[in-house]
Amino acid sequence: MTQNSLGESVVQKAVQAQQVNNGVAATATQTQPLWLLAEITYRCPLHCAFCYNPTDYDKHTQNELTTEQWIQTLRDARKLGAIQLGISGGEPLLRDDIEEIVAEAHKLGYYSNLITSGVGLTEKRIQAFKEGGLDHIQLSMHDITEEINNFITNTKTFELKKKVAAMIKGHGYPMVLNVVIHRYNIGHMKEILEMADALGAEYIELANTQYYGWSLINRSQLMPTKEQVDEAEAITNEFRAKSGSKMKIFFVVPDYFADRPKKCMNGWGEVFMIVTANGDVLPCHSARVLPNMKFPNVRDDDLGWSWKDSPAFNQYRGDSWMKEPCRSCEEKEKDLGGCRCQTFLLTGDAEAADPVCSKSPHRHLIDQAIEDAKNPQIQAQPIVFRNDKNSKRVIAGELQERVAEFHALP
Amino acid sequence: MENQIQHTDIYALAPHHRFQWEEAQQSYVILFPEGMVKLHGGAGEVIKRVDGKATVGDVVTALKAAFPDAEGIENDIIGMFEMAVGKAWLRKV
Repeated sequence: MTQNSLGESVVQKAVQAQQVNNGVAATATQTQPLWLLAEITYRCPLHCAFCYNPTDYDKHTQNELTTEQWIQTLRDARKLGAIQLGISGGEPLLRDDIEEIVAEAHKLGYYSNLITSGVGLTEKRIQAFKEGGLDHIQLSMHDITEEINNFITNTKTFELKKKVAAMIKGHGYPMVLNVVIHRYNIGHMKEILEMADALGAEYIELANTQYYGWSLINRSQLMPTKEQVDEAEAITNEFRAKSGSKMKIFFVVPDYFADRPKKCMNGWGEVFMIVTANGDVLPCHSARVLPNMKFPNVRDDDLGWSWKDSPAFNQYRGDSWMKEPCRSCEEKEKDLGGCRCQTFLLTGDAEAADPVCSKSPHRHLIDQAIEDAKNPQIQAQPIVFRNDKNSKRVIAGELQERVAEFHALP
Repeated sequence: MENQIQHTDIYALAPHHRFQWEEAQQSYVILFPEGMVKLHGGAGEVIKRVDGKATVGDVVTALKAAFPDAEGIENDIIGMFEMAVGKAWLRKV
């Protein structure tokens, strides 16, 4: 799974959609889960170092929801107002019922998106998706070089991705590419944009790595320098201005190099609802790292109750949970205090200000992480790739030296 | 913007865009990859009549007939076309 759905571009559009409606921010009681992300399996043939899936995902590969449970979930979420559907993972194509799920989503009126690495996409399957009414396919790409693609994903998938891109285009789908940006590909920004343009992409999201799950463990190995990020953004802006390409480019700025946090998920329980492979209902992808929280599950709980009334979805809705310096901050509505998961992972206190914020008493943790990423000794630690073996090691507590610094992992 | 809207122009929804009524939101929406736009009542009424066959003039006539009490709606309708073309929700046929 790529980091696309953490992307601000997605979030911002949802915000605009709400603002067009009534011009004011939705209140807690009026929110609708406009965006449903189905993390349909955590199994994945790729082993990307930057994956934000939980590091203990191996616990959730044997208890996946059935086709019928997914279809019921789609129906229930649609009644609550869900309209954009992302089918993601892991690699969703590892399940053989995506055709059925896509067809049901279309009947229900979803605008559906398959978020895939492309591994497992065949002519037969894409034909079935087209007939079933899948609206678009978002393909992850990693680099213009075979070397970096194969290194960062820990698989030989470079040639396959080019074939899949042609297949998507050939079936009349809009080409939506997602490229997660990190130290190993940030120097190739211009070439990546040219490649995307040559492939006929209509949209490309350049998603700077955000540090959750596997990418958090590998933070010092993945993080570029501020200078590299600035240069990448400048190249992107120049490409936008000069290339004459019609491709829409979203550059998702990494929050570590900003002095204000992102409005994570556009606010807890505001527009996003995630249902995980095992049926947990979450307000954000990594919410399960938070302590003392019990998340609803579609096997046991009514989805409307989960969204509107469950303690978990109300825990960080709005701003009444805030402490100082957020509580009295003039800007609190802009970012709602940032990301609860990042805050907890880095500070041990889920209700503190996001340490990215320059007003946070924990900002030094971010500055230290940026420094550590430049330290040759720390850089030299091996990457922990996302695979079943390493997930089992995390569960067994064998990777303590890499995770001890973070207050909770998964 | 060079989106000069003529009464004889014909528009259709842009590729990969979908227009539909949303019961839960009690409004029309346009859906596209990675995004959606919720339309005000009036905007929804305009886009509803854009079908790749009707001219802008036809849409104006139809809306005037449907809303005889609304005064001076022609400018609003043309404005809506300008915005929708500018945002690439519509394409010229």
